[in-house]
Amino acid sequence: MRRLILASPLWLSPALLAQPLFAEDAPRQEPTAAPKIAYSPVLVPDDATATATPPGSGRDTAAVGDIAPADERSSVGSGIPHIEVFQGGKLLLTNGITTVEGPSGGGIATWATIGGREMGGGIGISGNVTAIELPDFGWRSFGGAIGVGDRIELSYQRQSFDTRTAGAALGLGEGYTFNQDIYGAKLRLLGDAVYGPSMLPQFALGVEYKRNLDGPVIALLGASDDESVDYTFSATKLLLEHSLLVNATARLTKANQLGLLGFGSAQDGCQLQFEGSLAYMLSRRAVIGAEYRSKPDNLGLGEDDWMDIFAAYALTKNITLTAAYVDLGSIATFEDQRGGYLQAQVAF
Amino acid sequence: MLLTMTAAAALMLLQQAPAEDVDWDAEFGVEEERRDPVTGELPVDPYVQDNSNAGAEPYDSARLAAAFGGQLGIQRIAERTVELSEADPRIAEIFVAHDMVRLKRTLGEQFCYLLDAGCDYTGRDMKSSHAGLGVTRSDMNALVENLQAAMGEADVPFAAQNKLLARLAPMSRDVIER
Repeated sequence: MRRLILASPLWLSPALLAQPLFAEDAPRQEPTAAPKIAYSPVLVPDDATATATPPGSGRDTAAVGDIAPADERSSVGSGIPHIEVFQGGKLLLTNGITTVEGPSGGGIATWATIGGREMGGGIGISGNVTAIELPDFGWRSFGGAIGVGDRIELSYQRQSFDTRTAGAALGLGEGYTFNQDIYGAKLRLLGDAVYGPSMLPQFALGVEYKRNLDGPVIALLGASDDESVDYTFSATKLLLEHSLLVNATARLTKANQLGLLGFGSAQDGCQLQFEGSLAYMLSRRAVIGAEYRSKPDNLGLGEDDWMDIFAAYALTKNITLTAAYVDLGSIATFEDQRGGYLQAQVAF
Repeated sequence: MLLTMTAAAALMLLQQAPAEDVDWDAEFGVEEERRDPVTGELPVDPYVQDNSNAGAEPYDSARLAAAFGGQLGIQRIAERTVELSEADPRIAEIFVAHDMVRLKRTLGEQFCYLLDAGCDYTGRDMKSSHAGLGVTRSDMNALVENLQAAMGEADVPFAAQNKLLARLAPMSRDVIER
């Protein structure tokens, strides 16, 4: 190395001398300054009459740009896929809110959206607390979801359904509370809710493993199982021309009142049900809409379909507040359970 | 060791500094691109100009064009979108060393054509104009946010904003590369 340099005096620029010339086999190092990439030189009209000037003195600056460090934004050149954690990137509200069962969607209907604010190559999370106040019951749920690359969503939701005074009338004891854990996974199959052909929605397949924590009680009610799996297939599209989001979901389920009253009965098993949502965007941050969800009546207690009208507001890009008026019909023979729904969701 | 240092120092002193007035572009055979004195744009390779290059069918609504402030308003929104994007650390790199004068004009023409405000689109089609840029869906989102900000500053009603986005969104097929 050293001999080679000495034999070629033309190489002896000051830059080369600054390298560790005296280390016998020291590799030639790249300069430590930020690397530059050169494009075709651009002549700025004002300078067109100026004589040639050294590089970097102004004339060439428009043609020279910084190369971002490989670890900052792209995986180009690093050879290792770069994962952005909690960097966000989704458009406001396109991560949806959290359904009462944990996956991203509307309030009661699952959508094909993926929770968390991440886009491709990123990881996002969301967390929510949800409360529903009904004439005879109180609902609390909380949970979280992890989104991977806007492709896969893993969710968990704990539901608590307080029977209050109705519990005494049902012979369960006042304030008896049904609890349920729901573990969900959703895969975005194809399509894009925002981009791509306007008639091609985003499709997603979901599974929800539901585990009711009150096995003995729901067995008395006539339910055949205290755990079950729901399968969902959703299509969601933002029809920008009309500022309208449309969602349709088919659900294969055995659940009685989402599973809070167990699954199936001696007579009935898996059934195909439908969930639909329509939402109108008032602004980037605000959306109003309505939802409908059909439900089976395995227990013969007159279980009704659910519906709601909702308003969601993105307080910041990370916080979404949702308020809704819900009509949950008859629950455990208590009719006309209409009330208010509130949810706070945080997402990164 | 000392000999090496002395020899190196001597050789460095012997080197001649290059002349001050060397035209390095000529030395290395780099061709200069000169901006058009009238439009201020850099020359581009020839292509067939056609409104179909705009990538979508235009609306037929005088009211929509008016909501965007007509041709002048639309051109200002396009320029503002480009300015915001050049200053946006998420996507600024994509615009480096591209002709922003030309982009502002052609983007304005595209919006103007799609919104039926009486322009023809003279730019290239979406596929060739975005070839090799490596645009992602995240980059598209950032651009959409900048366009929304520009339209918001121009007081374009939100529903009208979405009508323009509705024409642009399907172009992701030709724009997104990874």
